[in-house]
Amino acid sequence: MSNILVNAPKTAKRGEVVEIKALILHPMETGFRPGPNGRIIPRNIIERFTATWNGAEIFAIEMSPAIAANPFVSFFARADESGTVILRWTGDEGFAVEERVAIAVE
Amino acid sequence: MSARILCLGLVLVFAASYAMAQVGGEKRRSGYQDMGEALQKMQDDDTANPGMLFVQLGGQLWAKPAGAENKSCADCHGAAANSMKGVATRYPAIPHGADRPVDLEGRINLCRTENQKAERLPPENRDLLALEAYVAHQSRGMPIAPPYGPLLDAFRAQGEGIYRRRQGQLNLSCAICHDDNAGKKLAGIAIPEAHPTGYPIYRLEWQTLGSLKRRLRNCLVGIRAEAWPLDAPEYVALELYLMERAKGLPLETPAVRP
Repeated sequence: MSNILVNAPKTAKRGEVVEIKALILHPMETGFRPGPNGRIIPRNIIERFTATWNGAEIFAIEMSPAIAANPFVSFFARADESGTVILRWTGDEGFAVEERVAIAVE
Repeated sequence: MSARILCLGLVLVFAASYAMAQVGGEKRRSGYQDMGEALQKMQDDDTANPGMLFVQLGGQLWAKPAGAENKSCADCHGAAANSMKGVATRYPAIPHGADRPVDLEGRINLCRTENQKAERLPPENRDLLALEAYVAHQSRGMPIAPPYGPLLDAFRAQGEGIYRRRQGQLNLSCAICHDDNAGKKLAGIAIPEAHPTGYPIYRLEWQTLGSLKRRLRNCLVGIRAEAWPLDAPEYVALELYLMERAKGLPLETPAVRP
């Protein structure tokens, strides 16, 4: 069960630059904090976020332990053809989730 | 001559303050009005407000069976959009047959132990906060409407007593900051009027959703008082009084605060 909120336009004019915003529920545990028992809580962060438009990568970032919990990502892309944008988060403890958004270009 | 100018000046001052008092009419301020524009926009945009992630999670948990009865919230209450609309504006309240009030979080746990035959969720548990946020979100925009009754009023009076009582090493009461000095700055941060309009809130400092109880414990630690145990009735009494103070203000759940 993953919790993701995406804000992207459903339609765009050809050549228009659109903003895509995504928010994901994730603790982004740094790996530097001791827990209640004094032991270090193992690191659990999202390492990489990528976005593809019809399979071609349009945006990617590497995340670090300094990024706050529930990271919010916003980026711009030029709408050349109708298709599916796939947002993908991968990270520690085998974390891998995807969210698909369809954008129709007229 | 100078007396005349003084008189004229005073009349102008009265006229101006009278005119200002007419605008809106509502003098109480939610913490929303005291935060920056960027944070206000973050709260208003349902895809940028991180609290909405928990509302989404709460919606999933609402439909998920739990406990020995294997019943979900939805099995009894149906769609939350209908059954839970306005509920959060009336809490804390006294459940049927009980002798003391519970807050929304306590009510959810009662439902779990009595109807779902599930375990209580511990304080500040993510799922508990998510369910609470989901239920309270159904009342967003509705005015806070606390219930009344002899028993409830007695607890509310106790809450007001706590609010006005000096405590802790700094010897401060809630009222000294939040009534007498609200709107001024404390270490560069505006002191809010302490209206619990958006709980559970997404506090950036916490990087997660948190309950009013957590916020109250924050304040208690701040005035160097000993925080009550997590299940203490004092919190509910104080919540009762705070909701009475905020009566009529619109609910904002999930609110974002710095």
